[in-house]
Amino acid sequence: MKKTRLNAVHKEAGARMVEFAGFEMPIEYKGIIDEHLAVRTKAGLFDVSHMGEIIVEGPEALACLQYLTPNDVAKLSSGKIQYTALTTSQGTFVDDLLIYCLSVPDKYLLVVNAANIDKDFAWVKEKATPFRVEVFNRSDEHSQLALQGPLAREILQPLTDIDLSQMKPFTFAFGQVASIECLVSRTGYTGEDGFEIYTLAENPEIIWKAIMAEGEPKGLLPVGLGARDTLRLEAKLMLYGNDISDKTTVLEADLKWIVKFQKGDFIGKAALEKQEQEGLRRKLIGFEVIDKGIARPHYPVFIKGEQVSEISSGTFAPYLKKAIGLTYLPVEHTEIGTEFEIGVRDRKLKARVVPTPFYKREKK
Amino acid sequence: MYPANLYYTKDHEWLKVEGEEAVVGITDFAQQQLGDIIYAELPPAGKDLEAHQVLGSLESVKSVSDIYCPVSGEVLGVNSELSQAPDLINKDPYGQGWLVRLKLKDKAELDALMKAADYEKYLEGLEH
Repeated sequence: MKKTRLNAVHKEAGARMVEFAGFEMPIEYKGIIDEHLAVRTKAGLFDVSHMGEIIVEGPEALACLQYLTPNDVAKLSSGKIQYTALTTSQGTFVDDLLIYCLSVPDKYLLVVNAANIDKDFAWVKEKATPFRVEVFNRSDEHSQLALQGPLAREILQPLTDIDLSQMKPFTFAFGQVASIECLVSRTGYTGEDGFEIYTLAENPEIIWKAIMAEGEPKGLLPVGLGARDTLRLEAKLMLYGNDISDKTTVLEADLKWIVKFQKGDFIGKAALEKQEQEGLRRKLIGFEVIDKGIARPHYPVFIKGEQVSEISSGTFAPYLKKAIGLTYLPVEHTEIGTEFEIGVRDRKLKARVVPTPFYKREKK
Repeated sequence: MYPANLYYTKDHEWLKVEGEEAVVGITDFAQQQLGDIIYAELPPAGKDLEAHQVLGSLESVKSVSDIYCPVSGEVLGVNSELSQAPDLINKDPYGQGWLVRLKLKDKAELDALMKAADYEKYLEGLEH
């Protein structure tokens, strides 16, 4: 099992550790609910060093990424970030990812899911063959911390020379955090304002400890993967392997906003155009459980007694205080308010299609 | 952590004998493993349960677990506080977080349960 460079820090903090995507990771410290609420109301600090970092570099890096992803990479100037996907020829997901533009048009950083690092690296390398680029897997060298929540900026600013007030969402800058060289981006996976901090340094625990020392008096908590999952689900952020996969297309996942047909050819374009013309047969929807109980991944979904799908994500939402989830439904049943049933062991729970995201922070 | 006056099961329930009756809950180890508990599904009063039969289930943010009846008996009542405050099971598993009260059917069944020292040894075995 791999360990991040912060492994000892988590154990010191009393985290319960589990295996996730080949890494020994903290699932919770104080408890999922407390950690979740800290991120919604104050701030939380996550070790997400398991995430993958792939560099695409060379004179045709932009052209290569335009071909590998459905979003328009040409929109990115240096310092900007884009949410997108690696798509198959069927328009399904190899992975979802963030592209960081380091230099136009020749250097980009791809931040990918931990479970997909090897697959993505092999995929990008293979598909990049016709282009004058080199592809590097830099996942093991990078540590990544995420500081998320309404107090994130206030906690981070005293520790860095970057002017965070000038940093817009989905942009990044290089600078120091706790005197260590870092890349800091205004991104996250929680639905809150916040920052992700990447470093190649051997001692990221210095950053971790400096942020905790600064933030703890203000209510900052360390947060594990348990609350990371409940936070991202409230904000309806996709989890590869649950909500999206090589079996679901980008359009079915309701991510049409990352598909730019007019930009030129890309892998999966023909399939997605065809699907758009013919109309979707199923679509990812958000639901609330009406009856008492929690829907969890893989529980069967029924409409008029017939099983139509299974739950892709489902949990108790600690901030909203109800059971929520995501599932694919036949499009004729995706209207807001539509009721259906979820098989929970020996019972069937009523659920209802609701607008998403379930949680949206108030913008100041 | 594991009071000496209680009996314990391999499924991490505890049982406290009070005359012909017994109170059942889950151990500190069990509540830690489950994490924050959201719902407790408990049996109706009057229900006859056999030893090892499913008594109810506890749902936490992360998972759902069945609770088994340590011994045979009739359900006399359940902890009604839990419907409003299921986190009592996390905060005070041996006290305010109790689950059900049983009328014992056969006290001889208690011999099959573990004492605190045996349970602690059993937990050590699980951790390796």
